[in-house]
Amino acid sequence: MTAYVLQRLIQSILVLLAVSIVVFLAVYGIGDPIELLVPPQVSAAERAAMIRRLGLDLPVLQQYLVFLGNALKGDLGRSFVHGVPAVDLILARLPATFELVLLAMSLAAVVGIPLGLLAGLNPESRPSRAIMAGTVLGFSLPSFWKGMMLVLLFSVALGWLPTAGRGETVSVLGIQTSLLTLDGLKHLVLPALNLAIPNMALMIKLVAAGTSEAMTQDYVKYARAKGVRPKRVVGRHVLRNILIPVVTVAGMEFGSLVAFSTITETVFAWPGMGKLLIDSIYQLDRPVIVAYVMLATLLFVAVNFLVDILYAALDPRVKLTGEMV
Amino acid sequence: MNPSKSGAAIVASYADTPLRKKVLRRIRNRPTTRGAAILLGILVLLAVLAPVIAPQNPHDLASLSVMDNRLAPGSESINGMTYWLGTDAQGRDMLSAILYGLRTSLLVGLSSTVGALAIGVAAGLVAAQFGGVIDAAIMRVVDFMLGFPSILIALVLLASIGRGVDKVIIAIILVQWAQYARLMRAAALVERRKEYIEAAVNFGLPTRHIMLAHLLPNSIGSVLVVSTISIAGAITLEATLSFLGVGVPVTQPSLGLLIANGFEFLLSGEYWIAVFPGIALVLLIISLNLVGDRLRRSFNVRGS
Repeated sequence: MTAYVLQRLIQSILVLLAVSIVVFLAVYGIGDPIELLVPPQVSAAERAAMIRRLGLDLPVLQQYLVFLGNALKGDLGRSFVHGVPAVDLILARLPATFELVLLAMSLAAVVGIPLGLLAGLNPESRPSRAIMAGTVLGFSLPSFWKGMMLVLLFSVALGWLPTAGRGETVSVLGIQTSLLTLDGLKHLVLPALNLAIPNMALMIKLVAAGTSEAMTQDYVKYARAKGVRPKRVVGRHVLRNILIPVVTVAGMEFGSLVAFSTITETVFAWPGMGKLLIDSIYQLDRPVIVAYVMLATLLFVAVNFLVDILYAALDPRVKLTGEMV
Repeated sequence: MNPSKSGAAIVASYADTPLRKKVLRRIRNRPTTRGAAILLGILVLLAVLAPVIAPQNPHDLASLSVMDNRLAPGSESINGMTYWLGTDAQGRDMLSAILYGLRTSLLVGLSSTVGALAIGVAAGLVAAQFGGVIDAAIMRVVDFMLGFPSILIALVLLASIGRGVDKVIIAIILVQWAQYARLMRAAALVERRKEYIEAAVNFGLPTRHIMLAHLLPNSIGSVLVVSTISIAGAITLEATLSFLGVGVPVTQPSLGLLIANGFEFLLSGEYWIAVFPGIALVLLIISLNLVGDRLRRSFNVRGS
């Protein structure tokens, strides 16, 4: 087990290192940010001073090593636009994105698991076919389009929910949250639902496939033969067995939810990390873009690492060979 | 479905039957798929014929009249033309803008899929043929690429190279080639174990000839089938990037950019600027998905 954990840890660090090189080269190596930052009327001396201050006069390799050294100390550069550390800027937006992602994940599970069970138990019935057709739409329609339709239906046509922003927030342990105020929750519902839809579809597919497969297994036949009530067979035997892969995939989807929140946050003007990324791209605020990618990668890698280890710990059938797939 | 049998093997076994007829019959027999195929055909035709049938050239600013901005569907312009789907903030006829937008969306979707296919198929073929270190290196890069959400990779790339039709195509190729490489490698590995390849090797044929004349045509089937659905994915990605403002330039709006332009007017009740291009985009994506999915099932290929 220790060897496996160590091996996965080294892999994770290598991935982070590779991402840092690729992103640094992609973002800093192409184009010249100074053209966009310095107004044309500035004198040549001031311009040169600015280039030196930002460290843009050094060779790319040296810039990267400086960046890497600082990154290890938790410093991913200062925002060109705001003049504050990029990491601080992103961390300030983290709670808004996290509450969105958490609510989306819960929605996906609460709606997806029962619907998946329903579809998996009677795959040929009319409601099941409708559910499975719905999952195809949930996967294939663009996220921004679904968000727009939600706004059109619930905000413009029905006038039930607000269209944008985070609403009233309260401070819990120094973190601002919308989850505890009515106004905040009203603002949260539509973006969270929009973010949840593809995940809901995935959940339904997984649970439906798992259920219809589990229903043919010997342990279900045995439970039935023993005279266990059908409800109990599903709740006690089937559900338990299909939840492990469901939990694993849900965990792995956490990263893509964070990434997809950039779209949802743009549609609903939700002040999270994703909106910050898009704004930084518009303003060519390179340190913030790089810092976002590094922090997002750190998050993906950490979550995948935990999920792998948990999966192995939960399911004794998984062999810890350390083979990366 | 027999999971131990690969898509390519099944495609190959179909070769004895009049394959094209069989697949066409399957598409025709399903009312949903037939409807989707007809719709897709109409959309492609509209996109190809856009310069001929569009009432206005939306790229030609001289033909636009700012006086006609944000007119409701069915309004008449100053010079007597009817705007069937209304106009946008620049006074552009939405119907014409959608026809041209469809063109841009399809162009990006098709060319990026072709590009990604070419790179992915080449990488997968090389990995399967040579194995060892080359295979490991290529597949590590593939794993690495597939480990990240596609939208994030494309966003960061476009953030550094700027917007433009060609740049969006590059970004989508970069995102999509890896899945084709994985599929191609798997199909080619199955094919390589077969006797005719062994015969070709023993016959002393050059490796390049074996790869291009034997391995490639016999293992590419499943990859091509999956690529139909991937066109829808490419179009969705392009629309999303353009909606976020990092995709195609404002001078050549795709459906995604048209929707983005209309989004701010949605709340003030001028729904048509965003909703009509939205409907066109969704029809395109759904019809591609339905046709692609039926093709995939007909050929019995497992998706990526």
